[in-house]
Amino acid sequence: MGILEVKGVNKRFGGLQALGDVNLSVKENTVHAIIGPNGAGKSTLLNCLVGKLIPDTGSVMFDGQSVLGRKPHEINQMGISRVFQTPEIFGDLTVLENVLIPCFAKRDGSFRMHAFETVSAEKEVVAQAMHMLEDVNMAEKKDMHASSLSRGDKRRLEMAMCLVQEPKLLLLDEPTAGMARADTNNTIELLKEIKASRDITMAIIEHDMHVVFSLADRITVLAQGTPLVEDIPEKIKGHPKVQEAYLGQSHG
Amino acid sequence: MLGLSAKDTRFLLIVIFLTLATPLLLQPFPEGSAMAQFNAGYPDLMQKFAIYGIFAIGFNILFGLTGYLSFGHAAFLGVGSYTVVWMYKLLGYNVLPGLVLAIIISALFALLIGFISLRRSGIYFSILTLAFAQMSYNLAYSVLTPITNGETGLQVYGNDPQILVGANSPTSPHLFGLVMRDSVQLDVGGWLFTFNIGYYFCAVIAILAFYLSLRIFRSPFGMMLRAIKTNQTRMNYTGLNTRPYTLAAFVISGMYAGLAGGLLASMDPLAGAERMQWTASGEVVLMTILGGAGTLMGPVLGAGFIKYFENIFSKINDNVLHAWFAVLPDGLENAVVAMIHPFVGKGWHLTLGILFMLVVIFLPGGLVEGGQRIARLFNRKKKSKGPGTGAGGHKPKPAPHVAE
Ligand SMILES: Nc1ncnc2c1ncn2[C@@H]1O[C@H](COP(=O)(O)OP(=O)(O)OP(=O)(O)O)[C@@H](O)[C@H]1O
Ligand SMILES: [Mg+2]
Repeated sequence: MGILEVKGVNKRFGGLQALGDVNLSVKENTVHAIIGPNGAGKSTLLNCLVGKLIPDTGSVMFDGQSVLGRKPHEINQMGISRVFQTPEIFGDLTVLENVLIPCFAKRDGSFRMHAFETVSAEKEVVAQAMHMLEDVNMAEKKDMHASSLSRGDKRRLEMAMCLVQEPKLLLLDEPTAGMARADTNNTIELLKEIKASRDITMAIIEHDMHVVFSLADRITVLAQGTPLVEDIPEKIKGHPKVQEAYLGQSHG
Repeated sequence: MLGLSAKDTRFLLIVIFLTLATPLLLQPFPEGSAMAQFNAGYPDLMQKFAIYGIFAIGFNILFGLTGYLSFGHAAFLGVGSYTVVWMYKLLGYNVLPGLVLAIIISALFALLIGFISLRRSGIYFSILTLAFAQMSYNLAYSVLTPITNGETGLQVYGNDPQILVGANSPTSPHLFGLVMRDSVQLDVGGWLFTFNIGYYFCAVIAILAFYLSLRIFRSPFGMMLRAIKTNQTRMNYTGLNTRPYTLAAFVISGMYAGLAGGLLASMDPLAGAERMQWTASGEVVLMTILGGAGTLMGPVLGAGFIKYFENIFSKINDNVLHAWFAVLPDGLENAVVAMIHPFVGKGWHLTLGILFMLVVIFLPGGLVEGGQRIARLFNRKKKSKGPGTGAGGHKPKPAPHVAE
């Protein structure tokens, strides 16, 4: 049994079948890539995992518990973190504060009335956040406004905010979309490091085949809302069905 | 000290000093001089500075930190006033029971209104709060007359129970015998200073209120509130439930407003429905934005500014203007007076409106941002004179601190 088990998930938007009978099993401590042409339903599937969308039918089990019907913050507290297609960070806050917030969320749960404590007096939490920033090479930017960061740095900051919570499952929606080659390579290195240095499962949606083949242990190909094949990268590369799915559609 | 950093402690000490010295600082001009018009060291005006300062500090915890713009906070102001007057009627003129109860009742009231209004955000939240406040205002005028005494307003009558009143208890609001309207006057060579008990009572509470808000600003809770303003999506996907955070901020700011309303009735033992009207709710929004929403000092400055304009500028009539410009030749004098006329006296709203527009357009961070810019200008001048500068021009720009 995988840490994430998706069974028979369907999702319709009006007349459009965005997901049709999706089954997916992600094994613990692996990197599982989900690829597919534009509009295949990759983001929709991800949204069904984090509580943003509720599937019409089917089940989503994480760590032996159903996530369906739970709110996004509850699902995060179960151990799932998510990186967005465009980085979602706290633009008006400093880089350090951006990382402190997930630390407090992990330590104190989804709500705590800590109005008479002082952030700077929470030495352990601050140290933990600083350590994380060092890991992603952003320690010297800790006092900058997050909104003034470059796009690549925003992505790294968002990644740091997710990782500092030590999630069991990290979901990444096109982490290198719109990045320059150099930034893409940096991100690949960062993700490889993360994978090597801790127990973490990752599910990654990606268009860039270079990224997929550098990182993934297993790949699922999604087309028109349905999984075509699931296999190890070597087998996927030359798979006729995959060629067809990609060549049959205009590839953005 | 008191759980504050060295910098914040210094900041707090300055605020305490300024608050306690207000009766001196606001009387810069000798009595009888032409400029005495602009003195503001009168007890009732200083009390208003402190009370509306408290109101705005509390409002800022909601609006400045979370970005939720309530247009109904005057409802809590009214609730606080009614509560205190009722305690006068039932128990006696000691303000303490009333103030404590005012905070509790406005908290409960805020819990109810906040619980419902916070189901929506943005403009819908604002409209919901406005609707609640107008509802309260209209109820106070009509259905609730037995509690609010309708149009006449609530006040103490001779046949009220006042069960705690003894033979020689004061017959106006007091704190264990310290009568609020009592003052000590000090005449120093032309300058007249008034030290009023009511003002100092409000001032001490205002300092406490400010200290509390400072602690909230520096706490993880305050940081969460600022994060909510920036990105609620990220909050949710970081495992945080935003609703209880915003509700807590709403209730805290409602309690501040209730306290302020209670203090208004502690200075003047009356409570009327007009205190709940939407104009009063709008006023605290203006105060906070004018001073600088989300800054610590801004709301207090904004409150002071607006109350100063309302009370001082409104008193400058044509006679005063003619006296000022009497030195000019007659024709010119009349022309100048005619030109200034629309901006003073009854026209003080116009001056304030223009000032408000200028601030919003040129200083989106409010008066506090203006102050920071001036300070930076001076610092730069000092630095460019000092030796060994010029290097380090490419440092990353640090975020401005939420202090000041
Ligand atoms: N909220 C929605 N309402 C209606 N239709 C939607 C909604 N979200 C997605 N869709 C549709 O569902 C289909 C799948 O969309 P989805 O975003 O999951 O694709 P994707 O695989 O992530 O594509 P891309 O690679 O472009 O990100 C698309 O046709 C899209 O237009
Ligand atoms: Mg997508």
